[in-house]
Amino acid sequence: MPYYLFRRFVGMLVVILMVLTIAFVIVRLAPGDPAALMLGPEATVEDAAELRVRLGLDRPILIQYLSFAAAAFQGDLGTSIFFNQPVTSILAARAEPTIFLSLFSLTFALLIATPIGIYAAYRRGSFADQSAISIAMLAASVPSFWTGLMFQRYLATELGWFPAAGYGEPGADFLERMRHLILPSIVLGIVNSALILRFTRASMLDILGEDYIRTARSKGMGERRVVLRHALKNAAIPIITVIGLTFALLVSGAVVTERVFNIPGMGNLVVSAVLRRDYPVIQGTLIVVATLYVVINLITDLLYLLVDKRVKY
Amino acid sequence: MAGTSFAGEPKFLDLLFSRRAVPVALAIFVLILTLCVFAGFIAPSDPDRMSVRSRLTPPGADFWLGADAFGRDVLSRLLYAGRVSLGIGLGVALISSVIGIAIGLSAGFFKRLDGALSRLIDAMMAFPDILLAIALVSILGGSMVNVIIALSIVYAPRIARIVRASTLVIRELPYVEAARALGSSTLSIMFNHVLRNILSPIIVQGTFIFAYAMLAEAGLSFLGVGVDPSTPTWGTMINEGRQYIDQAAFLIFIPGIAISVSVLSLQLIGDGLRDAMDPRLAKEL
Repeated sequence: MPYYLFRRFVGMLVVILMVLTIAFVIVRLAPGDPAALMLGPEATVEDAAELRVRLGLDRPILIQYLSFAAAAFQGDLGTSIFFNQPVTSILAARAEPTIFLSLFSLTFALLIATPIGIYAAYRRGSFADQSAISIAMLAASVPSFWTGLMFQRYLATELGWFPAAGYGEPGADFLERMRHLILPSIVLGIVNSALILRFTRASMLDILGEDYIRTARSKGMGERRVVLRHALKNAAIPIITVIGLTFALLVSGAVVTERVFNIPGMGNLVVSAVLRRDYPVIQGTLIVVATLYVVINLITDLLYLLVDKRVKY
Repeated sequence: MAGTSFAGEPKFLDLLFSRRAVPVALAIFVLILTLCVFAGFIAPSDPDRMSVRSRLTPPGADFWLGADAFGRDVLSRLLYAGRVSLGIGLGVALISSVIGIAIGLSAGFFKRLDGALSRLIDAMMAFPDILLAIALVSILGGSMVNVIIALSIVYAPRIARIVRASTLVIRELPYVEAARALGSSTLSIMFNHVLRNILSPIIVQGTFIFAYAMLAEAGLSFLGVGVDPSTPTWGTMINEGRQYIDQAAFLIFIPGIAISVSVLSLQLIGDGLRDAMDPRLAKEL
């Protein structure tokens, strides 16, 4: 067990190092001089030369890489060209809406998808089951920004049930800010619920066919108890995995959803950075998000140990 | 594997169509594909012809699906845009499969490469698709070719992972050992014996990537980092219509439906293919 933990931890560090390398390489894939690209067509040759020195682009590539990786492991992701501030502090300032948007939509998705998934598996092949699968598949096929635009147009602008966009006036209190996240969270939650529903249904189906479920039933145990106590407990493992996996989907969705609802989060930041060619910010966001993904998936793997006593490493 | 031998073919189709939704999805997708490919003959007018007088005309007799802010016929634009959107989806599915097969086969076949390539696949898959795609497009520049390249890089690890896992199983089978004993070269074993037998999961995954790539392209265009805005795609049509959402919601509604229906039918086809090609399920039926 300690050996397993150690091996997993080292493996995670290797993947994170790889993530850093990929982020480093991507920015250098740019055809031509990245400094000139970042500054745009109006920049002078001197400006570009100065920025090259500031970014360390005049040094040998290996030295650039080593100092970049060393800095990143110490939590220094460079300085934004546009804001002229450390990338980490810019990201931290934009983290609140993105974190709450992700949490709310994940909660929303779990609340609707898990019970429906369990019920669909329990009533396999029924009309309810077929409809649940079809709706889930439809939800996974609709572009989330399109759903966002439609909800914004009809539920917010026309019916006035929700704030249409933004994150409250500057200085708005916490509740007011969260109120602005309700509709975006529903939109993002719908997309994620599709995956969670299919996963829950599939893992419940596997478990409902097991011998111990038949045994429990033949002992005369009530159906409610069989499904909720015996089956759900064992289906929890795959459901935990899917939460780790939906993280990537959640972030991708947040980038687009924040843009639709004009929420000043990390997703909106990275799109603006792309439009401004602020490469350090793009690079920093990639690193932070991918590292989080790797860490979250390690945690969900370790949760196996807690949920299922049979899993031994 | 069902469907490779001649005698197995009718059974494969039976299996594929055993779910009622699959033939319907296939028919709808072929119809959309045909309409878009032959847009030049079918479209009622030139997709770029502007007419100030017909600005934002709602769907009706003159313009079946309405006219946009420049008075251009939405139906014609939808068909021409579909060509680009479907073309990007197909291009990404094919290119990411080729890259994924190359990486996955090498990782599965050569133990020395496996560690590094597997970590590379893990690291690539840690980046959310839209995020990695916008970063790549921002570096490469927004054009149709670059969007295809960026999305192929994003989705190739998914194919690579499946190919690697299947290769690890197949390379231990007796017939691969037999081929080796008969003196087949490593390359010949990789392509003739291994790749041929893992084509079905690749095709299934390729179908899903076709669908995801269409969604991602639309997302990129919506964010303004996709193909050149002057090229109509279903994504750029939604993005253009956004300004007029209060007066002419159909400008967003119609291309959204086109994307959703195409992606939904591709996913249903992918599910059907998976069921039909899964030997365990085939035995049960």
